[in-house]
Amino acid sequence: MEKFVVHTGLVAPLDRANVDTDAIIPKQFLKSIKRTGYGPNCFDEWRYLDVGQPGMDNSKRPLNSQFVLNEPRFQGATILLARQNFGCGSSREHAPWALLQNGFRVVIAPSFGDIFYNNSLNNGLVVIRLDDAKMDRLFADCAAFPGFKLTVDLEKQTVAATDASYVFPFEIAAGKRERIVNGWDDISLTLKHSEQIRAFEAKHHAARPWLQ
Amino acid sequence: MPGQTLYDKLFDSHVVRSEDDGSSLIYIDRHLVHEVTSPQAFEGLKIAGRQPWRRQSMVAMPDHNTPTTPGFTTITDPVSRVQVETLDANAREHALTYFRIGDMRRGIVHVVGPEQGATLPGMTVVCGDSHTSTHGAFAALAFGIGTSEVEHVMATQCLPQKKSKSMLVRCDGRLPTGVTAKDLVLAIIGKIGTAGGTGYAIEFGGEAVRSLSMEGRMTICNMAIEAGARAGMIAYDEVTEAYVKGRNFAPKEDTWDAAVKYWRTLKSDDDAAFDHTVVLNANELIPHVTWGTSPEMVLPVDGRVPDPDKERDSTKRESIARALQYMGLTPNTPLDQIKIDKVFIGSCTNSRIEDLRAAASVVKGRRRADNVKLAMVVPGSGLVKEQAEREGLDKIFVAAGFEWREPGCSMCLAMNDDRLEPGERCASTSNRNFEGRQGAGGRTHLVSPAMAAAAGIAGHFVDVRTMN
Ligand code: SF4
Repeated sequence: MEKFVVHTGLVAPLDRANVDTDAIIPKQFLKSIKRTGYGPNCFDEWRYLDVGQPGMDNSKRPLNSQFVLNEPRFQGATILLARQNFGCGSSREHAPWALLQNGFRVVIAPSFGDIFYNNSLNNGLVVIRLDDAKMDRLFADCAAFPGFKLTVDLEKQTVAATDASYVFPFEIAAGKRERIVNGWDDISLTLKHSEQIRAFEAKHHAARPWLQ
Repeated sequence: MPGQTLYDKLFDSHVVRSEDDGSSLIYIDRHLVHEVTSPQAFEGLKIAGRQPWRRQSMVAMPDHNTPTTPGFTTITDPVSRVQVETLDANAREHALTYFRIGDMRRGIVHVVGPEQGATLPGMTVVCGDSHTSTHGAFAALAFGIGTSEVEHVMATQCLPQKKSKSMLVRCDGRLPTGVTAKDLVLAIIGKIGTAGGTGYAIEFGGEAVRSLSMEGRMTICNMAIEAGARAGMIAYDEVTEAYVKGRNFAPKEDTWDAAVKYWRTLKSDDDAAFDHTVVLNANELIPHVTWGTSPEMVLPVDGRVPDPDKERDSTKRESIARALQYMGLTPNTPLDQIKIDKVFIGSCTNSRIEDLRAAASVVKGRRRADNVKLAMVVPGSGLVKEQAEREGLDKIFVAAGFEWREPGCSMCLAMNDDRLEPGERCASTSNRNFEGRQGAGGRTHLVSPAMAAAAGIAGHFVDVRTMN
C-alpha cells in the first residue's frame, strides 16, 4: 500500500447520488485475475460511447464528451467529489482499484457504501465523509474555479482550500489512519497477534466442538 | 444494564482482541470462496509466502461466470474460463472443499452454503461478495468483504472490524396470500432507502418474519445489503433447527444437543436496546415492483410510475428523471401496463426450491406471452435443480415456454452469456436493478418469483393474485 500523509491535488466533481460499484467498474472487467489494469475502464459506461469489453484498446474508443470527468479541465484530477451513498452495491475491490489506477487518491462524499469504504481504506484510497453543506461548498468552488485544488492532510484529518480559507476536519478510525499514513501491511499487523488468535481458536472450538 | 441484541452476542463471542481505537479483531468461522474475488487474494498469499490459516473453514465453488446452458462442458469465453481454472488450481493446491463444475453440489455460493449446512447458527461467515448477508438468516453474523479482506481471512482467520450500530426492523402481522418475503424486503428498502441501513447491522423480527420459511428468511437477509447494511440477521428458532438438521456439515449426533442448546440463546434479549427501530405492518402489503435504477425505487404493483415534477427535493427529482430516462418509462404509467421482453427467475435472492415452486404454480397450464422473447429459470444449485426435477417443476416450466437451465449466478449480473440487450426490459427475481447490471442498457424490474412468472405469462406486470 502506498503511503499517504498530505496530498494536494486537482478536484473533479461527480454530482450524482448512489453511484454504485457497477458504475465504477462494470462487471465484464471483473473477469481479470490481475490486480492492475482497471484504470481506463473506471466509469466505463459513462466514459465511453461504445460498450467496453476486456482486452479492447481503450485509447481508440469514442469518448462521451458529456461525461464530466472527460472535460479537459478535470484531466489529471486526483480528488473526486461525490454525493450520498457513493460505492454502494457489490463487494468488488476492483472499484477502489479502478479509482486508484485512474489516478484518484481521495474520494470525498457525504456517505459511502460500507464495504466500499473499507475496501478503499484497505487499498490506501482515502475516503472522507463531509456533511452535505460542506459538500455543497466544495462542489460550488469546483464549478466556479478552474484548476480548483484541495489539500488533504490525513494525519491532521483535514480537507483544506489551498489558500486555507476553509479547513474542514473529518473522522477516520485511528487504526486505519495509522496503517495508511505508514503504508503498513494489514496482514502482518494481525499476524503479530498469532498467539492470541491461536489461544482464542482453541477456546472457541472447545466450547463449540461441532465447529472443529 | 440492558440486555444484549443478537448482533451483540454474535460479535462479542468472536472478539479475539480489542484495539484502542474501538475496533476489534474478530475470528471468522466460515469462509466461502468464489472465482471472481479470490484470484488476487490467493496470489497475494503466495507472493507473501503464506498458507491458509485454517483450510477447513473454506468452501469454494465457481458460480458467477459459469454457463447455464443445459449440458455445457466448457466455458467458451476465454477470460471467464481462466478465472474458473484459476479457482480450480487454487482449490487443488490448498486442498479445499471444492464443488467444481459437474459436481451436483455446485451452485451459487449463498445457496450452497446453507444447503450444505456449511452455514450454521452462531457462526461468523464471510465471503468476497456483498450478498453474504444472506447467511444471517441462520442467526449468524455474515457479511461481504473485499479481496484484501479475503486474503486477510485466509492468512489470519481474523478481520479487524468496528462494531456497527444495531437496527431492528420489526414486521408485524402476517403476509397475505400471494405476497412473499421478496415483497416484504422490497417494501422495507422502499421505506428506509438504500442508505437507510448504512453503518448498521439489521435484525429482522416480528411475526411476519418469524412465520417465514428459511428460504423466505434468506431472501430478506440477502437484500439487507440493498438497504445499505452489511449484515442482516434473524433469530434462531425451530424453523432454523429443522432446516439445519441432517445437513452435510451440520453437527452430527454426538454434538447436536450441545449445539442446539447454544443456538437457542441466539436471539435478542427481551430488554435489548437497539440504536434504531423501524416498524412495518405486513397485513396490508401487496406485491411490489421496482420502477427505477435503485432498489429503493419501488412501489406496490397497483401504483404508477412517479412523476419527477411532483418531487420537491431537487436531488431526488433529478435522480427520478434520470432513472425514468434510463428505464424508458413515462411518468404516471400504471405499473401493470409496463410490458416486458424477458423474465429471469434465479439469483441468490430467489432460486431456492420454494421460489421455483411458487413460480411453477403460476405458469402451470399456461403459456409465455408472445412479446416475451425469453423466460429463463436458473436454479440456485445442482441439488435445487435435482429436487425441482423430482417434483416435475422443470416440465411445467418447459411446457409454459420457460427455459430450464443449469445453476449459477447467470443473468443476475450477466458475467456469463445470459444477459439483456440494450433497451430490453426484464422481470427479474434478483436483487439489483442498477444501470447495466443485467447487460449494458438493460432495464431491470425486481419482483418476487410469482410476480416474475405472472409477468412472463401476461407479457406485462400484473398482480399475481388476480390470476385466479
Ligand atoms: S446471484 Fe447475483 S447477487 Fe447473488 S452472488 Fe451471484 S451475482 Fe451476486
